[in-house]
Amino acid sequence: MAPPSPRRPGFSRRAQFGLFTGYVAAIIGAMIGLLLIITARFDPAGHSAIQGFLRDLFSPVSAAGRSFVRGGQTATDNVGAYFDAASKNQAMSVELKAMRSRVIKGDAEALENARLKTMLRLIEAEPGPHVTARIVSSSGSSSRRYATLGAGTRHGIQIGQPVRGPDGLIGRVIYAGIIASQILLISDTDNVVPAKRASDGMPALIVGTGVGLLELRPLGAGSNPFRPGDVFVTSGTGGIYRPGIAVAIAVKQDRDISFARPLANPATLDFAIVEPEYLAPLPPPPPAPLVAPAPKAK
Amino acid sequence: MARHPRSRIGKAPSTLQRQGIPIASTMVASMMPLLPIVSASPAMPPWGLLLLLGWRMLHRNIWPAWLGFPLGLWDDMFSGQPLGSSIVLWTLTLMGLDMLDKRMVWREFNEEWGLAAVMIAAALILGLIIANLTGGDTDAVIILPQIAISVLAFPMVARACAVFDAWRLR
Repeated sequence: MAPPSPRRPGFSRRAQFGLFTGYVAAIIGAMIGLLLIITARFDPAGHSAIQGFLRDLFSPVSAAGRSFVRGGQTATDNVGAYFDAASKNQAMSVELKAMRSRVIKGDAEALENARLKTMLRLIEAEPGPHVTARIVSSSGSSSRRYATLGAGTRHGIQIGQPVRGPDGLIGRVIYAGIIASQILLISDTDNVVPAKRASDGMPALIVGTGVGLLELRPLGAGSNPFRPGDVFVTSGTGGIYRPGIAVAIAVKQDRDISFARPLANPATLDFAIVEPEYLAPLPPPPPAPLVAPAPKAK
Repeated sequence: MARHPRSRIGKAPSTLQRQGIPIASTMVASMMPLLPIVSASPAMPPWGLLLLLGWRMLHRNIWPAWLGFPLGLWDDMFSGQPLGSSIVLWTLTLMGLDMLDKRMVWREFNEEWGLAAVMIAAALILGLIIANLTGGDTDAVIILPQIAISVLAFPMVARACAVFDAWRLR
């Protein structure tokens, strides 16, 4: 005989009623979920307000979970470091020798870099305060590409600020909680970065594909000018990203668009720098109107 | 005659233990995105959904359908999907399984795996549609590897649920 199921309550009125209420509650729950999705579609601001409120409620949970994970990771790292101390020592002394020669080479390259950067007119003075924080996780199972940053409004992070790593642009802050914030990675399909080719300043739009590659869309008409190997930096157009942050390197050329790989590999991200939002210089004011404003009605 | 202090004879596990372990394990599985893995493409299985299915397949009377709301809300907090997505999908999953229980009373594990595979694929595809409706623009091909990984991970999760279950009913 099949196991007795509370879904077949028999003649008990009480059990029947309980089952019925359970389903009513389930349907109401699903309706609320559906409403939330509809708000996300038609009123994103309201939806992110609800999401932000709940996320702040839940942030102690996330923080506790994260510190637990972090603790476990440090412990295993420490144990591992103890075991391969000898081989590491050997490797490090070899590395040190190699590094000495590289430091000299690096000095020369720094000089060359400075020269090249003035050629490209990259802005070297980075204005305003910066926040450096760890990238702690990313949405691994959702098709959207978010990452969580271990710093929030308490550390001075605000919504909209661009985030970059040592190698290049990572994304921008789309939600800032008190102790954690959420970043929309540049590989998300909703993130558009105005950029230019580093060599000649040809403008492009960089759009994520959701799988780690980026689409390079040329702005001009005609054949696709972007070849594999071209490096792209932010152009600063439209604000948010200040000009001159390295973004991507082109890897594949198609007929209309090219594909690029982000220079900051999101799988190896560790520390990130949150920069203040870049405000594009205002356009010159429009010329004064020729006709005088209409007189006030009496 | 005095009983041994650790004797379990004649004692039932507490409600907290019976109800708490499945719910807590599902909630912890939903928090997997907090792990320090930063991935460039969606490849991680939806662990929360897998645990939900694993427990529900193991004991068909374990959860009322409305539990999809609180558990789904918890999952939405961590998954990166728009809020409401897991609430709807998990409630529908539980209600669908309730209906299926009337048709397929006796099931083998292979059948349960097949059912779970269909439900996982449906949930991931609907999740993608929801994410795309609310601002994303991801190609459906991209989640095929994730569906495959999730379906292959289900037997492992079901086994884990069985281990937890032995502990739950101690």
